[in-house]
Amino acid sequence: MATTVQSRPRGGGGRDRLAGPFGMAALYVVLAGGALLTAFPFYYMLVTSTHRTSEILRIPPPMWFGAALQQNYAELLDALPFWASFWNSVAIAAVHTVLVLLFCSLGGYGFAKFRFPGRDALFAFLLATLMVPGFLGLIPVFIVFRQLGWIDTWLPLIIPGIANAFGIFWMRQYIESSVPAELMDAARIDGAHEVRIYWNVIVPVIVPALAALAILTFIGKWNDFLLPLLILKEEEKYTLPVALSTLRSLRGSEIGVQILGATGAILPILVVFISASRQFISGITAGAVKGV
Amino acid sequence: MATQTVSMDARARAQDRRVMWREARRNGWAYLFISPFYLLYAVFGIFPVLYGLWLSFHKWDGISPMQWNGAQNYLKLLTDDIWWYTIYNTIWLFFGATVPQLCLALLLAFIINSSYIRGKDFFRAAYFMPIVCSAVAVSLIFGSMFGERYGMLNFALSAVGIPPVDWLGSAAWLKPSIAMVTVWQWTGYSMIIFLAGLQAINLELYEAARVDGARTRDVFWHITMPLLRPVILFQVILSIIGAMQTFDLPVMLAGGTQSSAPGGTDRAGLVAAVLLYWTAFKYTEFGYAAAMSFVLFFLIITFSYTYNRFQGRSPTE
Repeated sequence: MATTVQSRPRGGGGRDRLAGPFGMAALYVVLAGGALLTAFPFYYMLVTSTHRTSEILRIPPPMWFGAALQQNYAELLDALPFWASFWNSVAIAAVHTVLVLLFCSLGGYGFAKFRFPGRDALFAFLLATLMVPGFLGLIPVFIVFRQLGWIDTWLPLIIPGIANAFGIFWMRQYIESSVPAELMDAARIDGAHEVRIYWNVIVPVIVPALAALAILTFIGKWNDFLLPLLILKEEEKYTLPVALSTLRSLRGSEIGVQILGATGAILPILVVFISASRQFISGITAGAVKGV
Repeated sequence: MATQTVSMDARARAQDRRVMWREARRNGWAYLFISPFYLLYAVFGIFPVLYGLWLSFHKWDGISPMQWNGAQNYLKLLTDDIWWYTIYNTIWLFFGATVPQLCLALLLAFIINSSYIRGKDFFRAAYFMPIVCSAVAVSLIFGSMFGERYGMLNFALSAVGIPPVDWLGSAAWLKPSIAMVTVWQWTGYSMIIFLAGLQAINLELYEAARVDGARTRDVFWHITMPLLRPVILFQVILSIIGAMQTFDLPVMLAGGTQSSAPGGTDRAGLVAAVLLYWTAFKYTEFGYAAAMSFVLFFLIITFSYTYNRFQGRSPTE
């Protein structure tokens, strides 16, 4: 058991060895077992969406792909306007995300690189709002939307969160640590307008932080359920989760069709996540470690 | 009041004023940049909360004029058995799902963080996959796996000789089923947070301890845990806030949003946020539902505060 200190991996995670060789094997078994349990429902989803109910309810249940994908797909399109809901979700999440990037980076820039009276108090207030649970204003905010004539429109889903506390906090942290003051001073001496400085000096530097925030925001909005459920009345305006929630109540409907619908909501976002998991995870952990 | 007349002073002050004026103009931009948050939060955050507080002292169906109701809504809540049952269910799910989820996440984070584990990035991403999924879609998948007679889970149990369980149809098993899906979906999330906390601990501390001859167990209790405590505190408080307002999974696993009997068999899966939603938007008792949201908020604050005190006093310092 020659423990060489050099074998420490990157990321600063090096610790003591937790156990001997048998212990290590056990730890791998635990980790791999947990990962399998985590992944199994995804496999089940893909397999089941290619079977008819009659096959799914067989014992043992099918563990390999079947031939009913096309039939399930045709029935899914009959049961709900799948693609309309799909593109509604894409449009809402995309527009919302673009606006979030704009307003949160501006806000983060304001807090990071300007010294103005009341800044610290305003920022403390912003952080405090993160702790207020969302349901507290749910009923009256619905009435606000009604007064604005926003019921059964996408505006309540797109507008209220575009300048949100988490996004501003996240952008501020990044801008503070990664944009050198000299860069802005040089631009100011050249007489550049503040808006130009933001656009030509700040934005190019903060692209990684914007990417992380974009993924986080897009996924959150894509999965949003309670608010669209409350706001949207006409079926053609539904987002995908709202459309899918109607499948649950169609008793006796084809299981494979339901699961295929779920696949339609999960698979695209899983692809986004897997191709950008590093940015996503860095965004998730930002608040926890730096925020305390 | 220009009584001081030293001209050098005046020039210096004029200079100061120019600087201040330039500062003020720049500050104007800063205020402009940060203002959207405060404007939006005033309209969609503060105002609704205050309006909700006012609403909670009224009787209102959302259409006809409001009626002042005094504290009647709150008094009625105190003796509303269904309400307290939903609080019981919500707290049950906190201890049955959130607490195990946090413990499991902490354990996994410790394992993955240990230096001899390979494939950290793979495990991190694998455990994280569930969290990016729509809860509605997830509940469709698990709804099928939890099927009573032919579901995948019962099939797996029958393989080891355990009789089938009516997971989502029986009052006894609905909460455990919701708990299982919650653990599946959220463990990776907490794990990532804990892992980030562990990786932020300065390595030199470990080396210094090792040089001093500290054992692994001592290092764990006297370095790792104290330094990780703020992260754990943060994550537990957020989990309390999240668990008390859980909606998507319970509502979908207990029959969906169009069910005439929210919460499934014997309301066993009825959590506070779901009852609140039904009371406001199906039964149109807006004032009563607003009172519910404030009682729930009060409970969240109480639990968070209690936990904060409890953890603040723990002896390992």
